[in-house]
Amino acid sequence: MHPLIQQLVSCGPVITDGAWGTELQARGLALGDFPDAWNLTHPDRVGEVARSYVEAGSQVILTNTFGANRIRLGEHEAADHLAEINARGVEISLKAASGRARVFASIGPTGKLLMSGEVTAAELRMAFSEQAQALAQARPDGLVVETMSDLEEAKLAVSAARETGLPVVACMVFDSGKDKDRTMMGTTPEQAAQALTEAGADVIGANCGQGIAGFIAICRRLHGATERPVWIKANAGLPTMVNGRAKYSTTPDEFAGYIPQLIQAGASFIGGCCGTRPDFIAAISRCLRIN
Amino acid sequence: MPDLKQLYESVVSGDAKATQALTKQALADGVDPLKLVNDYMVPAMDEVGRRFEANEYFVPELLISARAMKAALELIRPLLTARGDQPLGRVAIGTVKGDLHDIGKNLVGSLLEGGGFEVIDLGVNVTPEKFIATINEKKANIIAMSALLTTTMPSMKTTIDALKQAGVREKVKVLIGGAPITQKYADEIGADGYSENAVGAVALAKKAVTAA
Repeated sequence: MHPLIQQLVSCGPVITDGAWGTELQARGLALGDFPDAWNLTHPDRVGEVARSYVEAGSQVILTNTFGANRIRLGEHEAADHLAEINARGVEISLKAASGRARVFASIGPTGKLLMSGEVTAAELRMAFSEQAQALAQARPDGLVVETMSDLEEAKLAVSAARETGLPVVACMVFDSGKDKDRTMMGTTPEQAAQALTEAGADVIGANCGQGIAGFIAICRRLHGATERPVWIKANAGLPTMVNGRAKYSTTPDEFAGYIPQLIQAGASFIGGCCGTRPDFIAAISRCLRIN
Repeated sequence: MPDLKQLYESVVSGDAKATQALTKQALADGVDPLKLVNDYMVPAMDEVGRRFEANEYFVPELLISARAMKAALELIRPLLTARGDQPLGRVAIGTVKGDLHDIGKNLVGSLLEGGGFEVIDLGVNVTPEKFIATINEKKANIIAMSALLTTTMPSMKTTIDALKQAGVREKVKVLIGGAPITQKYADEIGADGYSENAVGAVALAKKAVTAA
């Protein structure tokens, strides 16, 4: 196990952070605006989000760099700023953490589907490699490959991320099939855990896609299929639209109510995805203190 | 004359080369092109859909079967057009304004083509004006909108409102889909239909054109 991961998990479950996009919107990010660009234009507000998670009890926070790969940046005509957006994203989180939390930099999917032929494996590998190197330049504590729907893309990202020498978390979205226990491409938690372990990820996990209740079984299955620690970031239920804004049904306390089961199912890193906020992290933090 | 049951099998298994070769042979043997579509390929895509619903098939299998179907349709469609046969419907599909995600939209587009629709792909970040222009200029009778983000979902409502404003809402059926979309949301914004997956979207589009 990577020494840093060993150190983190040796003191019990590690609390990660919650959603970023919705928090940035609450601070004025407009509909359709590219969140990652705010690292350059509104670093103070991005920093506020990072700090709010640290203050709520996050021991690991992520960065506002989810979409900062060349393919996505190109769609927003921001590819020229790739190095800056990634570096600033890490710096903002490091400053907010100021030693109180570890910073794991976020790498999201490219949004292109390998098997559709619109992008090649070499192009994906290059895009991830470029982003991972740009993030590593700013010295985060680790990298998180997250919200992946396609195992092939995830493996390319993990391989690119590993070249930095930083510990690498790899997590996928299980939201398909009757029992919502497969990725979009039909991969099971067992298959994902095995393949990502072989690809060299230091932590394996699941994020996004569904509410926390569905993550218990997925966590147990991931845990059963790999020796690596498991990372879980669930949504706060599924959204309903109220007056044009997404409203998530799960409350912080309801969310935290599932934490003991998640830990029992083998989760080592716990946080939230879409719809979760700092008060969710605070509720998890309270729950872990009591237990 | 080739065994046409093989055509069905080749679509179900997603063998584009075999599907195209069998189609070519059948057409050379004088089989009616519409019969190939209706008696073999559409039932094959129905079977693909059934397997998807039953968790036997996932997105990769859908994609390769749709690709096989498309390979055959490239040979068949010109023949149908030449004799004046109309497609099942004309779908203008796009990811709504503010949203750049296209995996789901592309999948639905391929399956609609496989299901016998003419598909006009407007791409991502599609403005209401572009949808309206496609209705007016290309005579689309179905609008299919996709959104992956809760933050871009409201563009669906904006688009439907714009269709009303432009006086073209009654000319089309509006179908919507995407991860955060629900039937409730579809009802709220006055869409004609919602499907939670790409297979359901084809059934929905068929229902929409027969109801019209």
